[in-house]
Amino acid sequence: MFENLDLTKLIFGRLTWDAIPFHDPIILATFAVVAVGGVAMLAALTRYKLWGYLWTEWFTSIDHKKIGIMYIILGLVMLLRGFADAIMMRLQQAMAFGDNMGYLPPDHYDQIFTAHGVIMIFFVAMPLVTGIMNYLIPLQIGTRDVAFPFLNNFSFWMTAGGAALMMMSLFVGEFAKTGWLAYPPLSGILQSPGVGVDYYIWSLQIAGVGTLLSGINLLVTIVKMRAPGMSLMKMPVFTWTSLCTNVLIVAAFPVLTAVLGMLTMDRYLGTAFFTNDMGGNAMMYVNLIWIWGHPEVYILILPVFGIFSEIVATYSRKPLFGYTSMVYATVVITVLSYLVWLHHFFTMGSGASVNSFFGITTMIISIPTGAKIFNWLFTMFRGRIKFDVPMLWTVGFMVTFVIGGMTGVLLAVPPVDFVLHNSLFLIAHFHNVIIGGVLFGLFAGITYWFPKATGYKLDEFWGKMSFWFWLIGFYFAFMPLYVLGLMGVTRRVSHFEDQSLQIWFQIAAFGAVLIAVGIAAFVIQLVVSFKRREALKDETGDPWDGRTLEWSTSSPPPPYNFAFTPRVHDLDAWWQMKQHGFKRPESGFIPIHMPKGTWAGVVLSAISVACGFALIWHMWLAAAVTFVALIGTAIYHTFNYDRDYYIPAEEVERIEAERTKVLANV
Amino acid sequence: MSEATMTADGKTQDGQLEFLVKGDHHPQNGTLLGFWLYLMSDCLIFAALFATYGVLARSYAGGPTGMEVFDLTLVAINTSMLLLSSITYGFAMLEMQANRLKGTLIWLGITGLLGAGFLAVELYEFYHLIHIGATPQTSGFLTAFFALVGTHGLHVLFGIVWLVTLLFQLKKHGLIPANKRRVFCLSMFWHFLDVVWVGVFTFVYLMGVLP
Amino acid sequence: MSEHTHDHDHHEAEGPHVSLKEYVTGFVLAVILTVIPFWVVMGNVFESSTTTALVILSFMVVQIFVHMVFFLHMNFHSEGGWNMLALIFTLVLVFITLAGSLWVMISLNNNMMPGMM
Repeated sequence: MFENLDLTKLIFGRLTWDAIPFHDPIILATFAVVAVGGVAMLAALTRYKLWGYLWTEWFTSIDHKKIGIMYIILGLVMLLRGFADAIMMRLQQAMAFGDNMGYLPPDHYDQIFTAHGVIMIFFVAMPLVTGIMNYLIPLQIGTRDVAFPFLNNFSFWMTAGGAALMMMSLFVGEFAKTGWLAYPPLSGILQSPGVGVDYYIWSLQIAGVGTLLSGINLLVTIVKMRAPGMSLMKMPVFTWTSLCTNVLIVAAFPVLTAVLGMLTMDRYLGTAFFTNDMGGNAMMYVNLIWIWGHPEVYILILPVFGIFSEIVATYSRKPLFGYTSMVYATVVITVLSYLVWLHHFFTMGSGASVNSFFGITTMIISIPTGAKIFNWLFTMFRGRIKFDVPMLWTVGFMVTFVIGGMTGVLLAVPPVDFVLHNSLFLIAHFHNVIIGGVLFGLFAGITYWFPKATGYKLDEFWGKMSFWFWLIGFYFAFMPLYVLGLMGVTRRVSHFEDQSLQIWFQIAAFGAVLIAVGIAAFVIQLVVSFKRREALKDETGDPWDGRTLEWSTSSPPPPYNFAFTPRVHDLDAWWQMKQHGFKRPESGFIPIHMPKGTWAGVVLSAISVACGFALIWHMWLAAAVTFVALIGTAIYHTFNYDRDYYIPAEEVERIEAERTKVLANV
Repeated sequence: MSEATMTADGKTQDGQLEFLVKGDHHPQNGTLLGFWLYLMSDCLIFAALFATYGVLARSYAGGPTGMEVFDLTLVAINTSMLLLSSITYGFAMLEMQANRLKGTLIWLGITGLLGAGFLAVELYEFYHLIHIGATPQTSGFLTAFFALVGTHGLHVLFGIVWLVTLLFQLKKHGLIPANKRRVFCLSMFWHFLDVVWVGVFTFVYLMGVLP
Repeated sequence: MSEHTHDHDHHEAEGPHVSLKEYVTGFVLAVILTVIPFWVVMGNVFESSTTTALVILSFMVVQIFVHMVFFLHMNFHSEGGWNMLALIFTLVLVFITLAGSLWVMISLNNNMMPGMM
């Protein structure tokens, strides 16, 4: 067995100097920028002695608010990477006609569109959604933390670890060239022998652990930890949609884990799940991954529906119209989202009866979604609407999302889908709902709750700039794709012959530039707001005259969120408290029971990333060592029984007295 | 505190709404529910594996069929061991309920041994299959079979590792509430694996040998 | 402060109360429900495979139910009914995943590879 033992191979596997893409100037330049930037950042952190602060106050923190903010930062950073991929694709497609081959070789272009999809879904949309849920759910239900604070920290670091592994593929080796769902047989070992698909698998598996655990965590939090008196039908609507989203996460992500596990076995052990020969069935992969994949899109959109509902109610200064119907619509969507997965592969050939069934369920699911649009419209109807930035995003969403929804219903008709399947029409459709829905919602939510998290509002002017550039840029970038799709142009093509198509791609590229300006405006908005933080300061804790409990505490909230647990009597609990002239208590504080920070999340995630890296490069020795270390560390951590402490009453008193002083000056 | 002067609907005695819980408020512990939700998600991993097995069950690719390779006697032995381990875990729970540490440890130990026996038989079965050339690489059917049964086996292995860890923790800290919760979670895990095994022996083995 | 230094688990009686009777009943039922399907298959009791399959599958369903009730102590009250709700939801999804996948894949095979199956 050991006669062929090669020490270099045992240690380094298939990792050699060839894996570093020295030959590609684009990647080298990117690497240079990242390296310089990274070194500068590390140096600054060391210079200002911030390592200790970051480690104790953030990395090891189990405070749901800090973890939520870290999720959001992760999502925004990855948004920049994902958008860089997007604009590279737009540029390539705008120029690569006829003799001009563009600037990206097909091999590189394929990695870019795969990375773009994977990053935008798993490392932008998911962290942003999870981050906002993490930050808000405990505040909205009037509790002090999530049900499992350590798991929360661990989940974040696993998500971040997955993102880190994914980023490594940029400079060490390559990423998958298979499209974001890595269908076999293309992703099988015969057609993709390189490390790209392995990077894909392991970064998603590591991030997936985090997502699943955070789903369970938030679910238990909502079920078990609501403030006394908050029955299910008195929960804020965002909490309701988050509840449904986390149900979907817990019930859908295991299928992804399983199907990626099977693909892994095919690639590593030579088994025959999805192979062409030996009785494998590649179509089973497509079937299974969409059983996860369709609920996934609702995982993204449902919390965003919740965000819009909160914003519409606040800025119209009215209770949400049809709260009950909103809740039922959300629950119906949750269940129905498991019955539509086949509409992603009508053309596979399952026949008329199967296609009709899934076509009809798909059309049915648009009904509760439509009901929600009417709820928002009726909430705004005769309300005293303030068109602040969050409200702009909301109105932009309603128009854009309806268009995306309607093209979706078109695609739900199987004969139409046979014409439009895998065309740019589809691309336009899902960007229409994901940008117009999820992303607009996330920006709306970030703007809306930013003062809660930081204590100052975001700058209006740059927020409006960001909104208008995003909105107009979106229409320029994606409406041409509908046209191209109807003309039969397929997705994932890096070069075209038909010159008459070029103008549409150039318009789309122009749209992408507008979006780039929108993103830049958002970044500027953050910087400007930080600089003007004294002028934009919110000392009340309730800058928008909000309705739900998160506005009842200070901005930013103290570590314990609420000095006393709120008691809820009605929907819109904080609104009712204000109506009844609620007086904030200024004495009689008691010690507060809180969880302790821990190093375990960071360490376990780091070991997981190392293990994933070793598995990707077939470094079997390192893989075995890190795996054992992972299990060992996890077991060691379970021997820690000392996981909580009390914030003494004097400390609570001090923090609350400070708040009293601030409020007296408002 | 003011808790005492409050009526059931959260009003103070003069009819004003009370908006705060003035005393020390502890939400319920969510560990058992959380663990149950984890088991439900695990259940869906198995659902995906069962579905794959269902689709690939007749993809022999010229390799052996279930009728040719399955040895029902081994399966029967394994099933009885897992079933016995279920009731021995039950005995451990009863001992724990009576606050008897020693009995809890002993019955947990027996449960672990039965689990190890189950794994040993399963490993023997796998070894035997690979030895006669029915490897996971042979056909879609065998791939799906090894994946499904192997995943269940890995879960049992994980359960045993957890059980051993728990034995040490029980010895160290005794039957404190945190440990009781852990014993309870492991019991759910263990019985859940038994439920999955019922599906496996019916769906895979018994139906696999039918002509 | 001293009253806060003790372990803060008020829920001593967490989890359902279990009884010997429950476990023994469950065990006996499980043994019976296991032995019969093995006997049905190993003793070739029925001529047709379909009958055998249906019989053992129904025994499987009953046995899973027995395990749920007697070993996992499922009922409509534990954890405020959330356990049961989660279980029912999961079972629906397991059914959708299994039946849906088989329906989709068998239809696919019939349409795309007639004669090969």
